[in-house]
Amino acid sequence: MSKTPSTLFDKVWDSHVVRKIDDGPDVFFIDRHFIHEVTSPVAFLGLEGRGLKVMFPEKTFATADHNTPTINQHLPVQDPLSANQLKALERNSAKYGISHWGLGNPKNGIVHVVGPENGITLPGMTIVCGDSHTSTHGAFGAIAFGIGTSEVEMVLTSQCIMQPKPKKMRIIVNGKLGKGITPKDVVLYIISKLTAAGATGYFVEYAGEVFENMSMEGRMTVCNMSIEMGARGGMVAPDETTFNYIKGKDKAPKGEAWDKALAYWKTLKTDAGATFDKEYNFDAADIEPMITYGTNPGMGMGITKHIPTAKAIGSSQATYDKSLNYMGFHEDDEMLGKKVDYVFIGSCTNGRIEDFRAFASIIKGKKKAEHVTAWIVPGSHIVEQQIKDEGILDILLEAGFQLRQPGCSACLAMNDDKIPAGKYAVSTSNRNFEGRQGPGARTMLASPLVAAAAAITGVVTDPRELMVEEL
Amino acid sequence: MAYDKFTVLRSTAVPLPIENVDTDQIIPARFLKATERKGFGDNLFRDWRYNGDDTPKKDFVLNNPIYSGKILVGGKNFGSGSSREHAAWAIYDYGFRCVVSSFFADIFKGNSMNIGILPVTVSEAFLDKIFKSIEANPKAEFEVNLGEQKITILATGESESFDINGYKKHNLMNGYDDIDYLQAMKENIKSFAEQSLY
Ligand code: SF4
Repeated sequence: MSKTPSTLFDKVWDSHVVRKIDDGPDVFFIDRHFIHEVTSPVAFLGLEGRGLKVMFPEKTFATADHNTPTINQHLPVQDPLSANQLKALERNSAKYGISHWGLGNPKNGIVHVVGPENGITLPGMTIVCGDSHTSTHGAFGAIAFGIGTSEVEMVLTSQCIMQPKPKKMRIIVNGKLGKGITPKDVVLYIISKLTAAGATGYFVEYAGEVFENMSMEGRMTVCNMSIEMGARGGMVAPDETTFNYIKGKDKAPKGEAWDKALAYWKTLKTDAGATFDKEYNFDAADIEPMITYGTNPGMGMGITKHIPTAKAIGSSQATYDKSLNYMGFHEDDEMLGKKVDYVFIGSCTNGRIEDFRAFASIIKGKKKAEHVTAWIVPGSHIVEQQIKDEGILDILLEAGFQLRQPGCSACLAMNDDKIPAGKYAVSTSNRNFEGRQGPGARTMLASPLVAAAAAITGVVTDPRELMVEEL
Repeated sequence: MAYDKFTVLRSTAVPLPIENVDTDQIIPARFLKATERKGFGDNLFRDWRYNGDDTPKKDFVLNNPIYSGKILVGGKNFGSGSSREHAAWAIYDYGFRCVVSSFFADIFKGNSMNIGILPVTVSEAFLDKIFKSIEANPKAEFEVNLGEQKITILATGESESFDINGYKKHNLMNGYDDIDYLQAMKENIKSFAEQSLY
């Protein structure tokens, strides 16, 4: 171990640099590469065009998620373009010997859900995918980030990309979260403070009591949204919570290999005295259930508050006006009581078992609001099975909901799950950009609890009002 | 994928003075279903450019024939959001070779350089001057000189220098890409991989 104190990020980054280029990027080695149907086909075409091979096919994992339907997955995919992309992934994986979990495979699901739940994601790894929410895997103390298709091609052919080392930021949240405050609220709160560009150029480490006490699912939710404040990724130091989560997972190390890995993983933390380029401190007591009112994830606020002014959030008036105009909201509006047409729970942000447990805790014994359409989409088949095994499906059905099949679904609306123009959706996903959930769709990002409360009342509601008192 | 070398670009510019232009605006997800890199320019800024019935929106800048050129000028935090390289492809395919802003999202910036688009980061003040000069004369020309790392408003002669790392600059000026570089160091990578825990 080096004597000068270093950060978790430095430890993992520096041990993966194959070569440093003067006045240029690092040649950066990648331990795990995930691919999906949308951002990989052109990379494979590029390989073919150059006559190159895949260097380490066993380090790449393919799953189909972005384009897949969430009903009738056993039938042929209707949209010919989507079907074509799914076939291309299958064909390319087979051709180069890459493991592929396509539609119908019991391990299929959203790439950032299946990686961790199968033990492919491990502490200290470098992980990339042609998808910006690869930051999710940072929850394990990995350096994980999204790349473009040119870089997908680089990883396929050389297991490396060319990356300048980002600067380091630490975000510390101490204290105890109040009732009804979830990891999603923590991260929406942080983004609302830093803005949608506030961490650009940085890699974030999340530290402090709130993250130490958080489950792996919660840490994944937080790291997932690091990109929404511009950060390339975010990470949490691995600890007993991490090790317990990984132990026994399908592809996790076993026996002697486990002991060896564990010894290494325990060194993966920021040393006392290590420095960051930027540091923020927040207090858990200041965090309320959050909801967004605008068209970027930085435009979020405590659910009981009024929409802040352009000046208060540091936006230009023109951009702010365009955004609120799109949403059909006004400065100083109250969000509570606003009508909700759609509710979406799912995505790589909140499509894990804990999210469905939270959702069920609110709707149990109640009925879905009649005018609300709810899309409830597990992040993977494993999550789907857990929902059934734990009796959550019964609670959903009794309250008038239905469960769909896994996939990205309305998070990016590449399949049929599109919110119609002008309609309002409370969504547990990660982006409220114009048209993200369908052309003209109006998205309010929130936690599974807020989504559940909206699904029951049909309006934006503080979930704390519906929570059963703990005894 | 090979691209044209970038040395000096002299062109008019298209102004898009909006902040946080995200990649879902540049190319909405529903147009990402291709398996080849073709035709993305047609759907560049699709939902800002066209109505639901595919008729052009008159007030959007790409539909205004007064504006043209190989330089796109955007408000701060350009290219935020998804990692889709399709956003850079769409911009390139439409005919832009350079995007100017006061702030770029990381992944977009990297993707652009990987396919031969030069992202030029200028100060807020200089960005404002560029917008003003296009407003005063939509046919105003700009010069982006990569060798000298300088952007000039030709009408006034005002210029500002911009940063780019030496490696990327060399690649862009010669039309090289990272894969060429990585191929040349396969042996080093192989021995590195042998030491890897994973
Ligand atoms: S769920 Fe949404 S954010 Fe996550 S991988 Fe799918 S499209 Fe991307």
